[in-house]
Amino acid sequence: MIQIQGVHKSFGDLEVLKGIDLEVNKGEVVSVIGGSGSGKSTLLYCINAIEKIQKGKIFVDDIDVHAKETNQDKLRQKLGMVFQQWNSFPHLTVLENAALAPQIVLKQSKEEAIEIAKKELEHVGLGDKFDQYPTRMSGGQQQRLAIARALAMKPDYMLFDEVTSALDPELVGEVLDTLRLLRDDGMTMITVTHEIAFAREVSDKVAFFHEGVIEEMGTPEQVIENPQKERTQQFLSKVLH
Amino acid sequence: MGFSLFTPLSWNDAPFILQGILNTVYISIVAIVIGTILGAIVGFIRAESNKIVNMLIGSVLDILRSVPLIIQLILFTTYVGVMGYPMDPFVAGSIILSLYTMAFMSEVFRAGFESVLPSMRTAARSLGMTYWQTVRYIRLPIGLRAVFTSWLGVALAVIKDSALVSVIGYMELLRTSEQLISRSQQPLEILIGVGIFYFIISYPLSLYGKHVERKMKV
Repeated sequence: MIQIQGVHKSFGDLEVLKGIDLEVNKGEVVSVIGGSGSGKSTLLYCINAIEKIQKGKIFVDDIDVHAKETNQDKLRQKLGMVFQQWNSFPHLTVLENAALAPQIVLKQSKEEAIEIAKKELEHVGLGDKFDQYPTRMSGGQQQRLAIARALAMKPDYMLFDEVTSALDPELVGEVLDTLRLLRDDGMTMITVTHEIAFAREVSDKVAFFHEGVIEEMGTPEQVIENPQKERTQQFLSKVLH
Repeated sequence: MGFSLFTPLSWNDAPFILQGILNTVYISIVAIVIGTILGAIVGFIRAESNKIVNMLIGSVLDILRSVPLIIQLILFTTYVGVMGYPMDPFVAGSIILSLYTMAFMSEVFRAGFESVLPSMRTAARSLGMTYWQTVRYIRLPIGLRAVFTSWLGVALAVIKDSALVSVIGYMELLRTSEQLISRSQQPLEILIGVGIFYFIISYPLSLYGKHVERKMKV
């Protein structure tokens, strides 16, 4: 379980998160929607300790993420993350991309890591690309590689930060399909997304962010179909035309 | 035939020339290896440091880069000599040539480390890699590929610059040839020959570089 309690985060004088409370239970899919600059992505970065927080607490399986004694490298093994930019390692083949971290972080044998990497790559539909270099692949394929690379670490949670925002429109579908696949596998996920229709379809819970606070939260039916707050209504009417 | 002060070039000079070639190769390898290692370390520190640290390191490197190598060599040998620690020309030459190489290599490596964007490092860290694992498995290999051509350029320049170590008495290829010229008075033949030898030393490295570049492009 991920517990976010009263989290404040500032960059210099700019307060990006102004007291966020959110719980994500095992097996849940939580979508975070909202305008740009509302702090959605920053929250993900705080959950896996890429960014420090100024106030509040975040617990991942009861581990206090930002406590001094927490080994954050170790903690990140529980949290797979995929970014807007796919960040394939250009010097490694697709298979090596996915097998690297299990070898050096989890100290798996090469054979073991490669076997797991192959399985994950096949799972996301890259079974025929093992020996290719990622720079030769489409953005959608590279993004699926990024997902498989994170999954090879056998994380308990997956964090998705606007993973389709940098993709050409015709490639969005294949990446969303991969996310649906993970949901069907029972993966616990937090997705920051602009794909409202997708959020409505896959989420157990939707949180609407506005200027650093959660303005409205609930089931997709509540938040997307029957928003109660004015700001949520305004936002949705803009993105849904 | 009359009496002559000069003895023409002959096959008996071959071992002498060969020794000169080997000495050039030897000091070049030492300078390139040490210069590369130090340059990688200094380049990494520069890529990771703030402005103030960078300015301090940068000013030292600027001196090494902008004072002509020949002056550095003479000043250094003279200074350590005067201080009462006369140094073997090979040792003195290696020290100065290595530092000179380091000054150029550090900029090459700095550019390499900086070519790996922060988002790439974050992605690696998010997989659970430690800071140093990210350096070792992501930043170093990607950075090296990005700057390999520049590295090769510096390495080739060092081979040619090593000729200057002759001024402090190291018997490398150029000094060997100077002695042969003063004995045989055949400067044209000898200098052309020496030029060819420098080419023969450098060309394989250049070829190897092209080969590596092709392989990396895949």
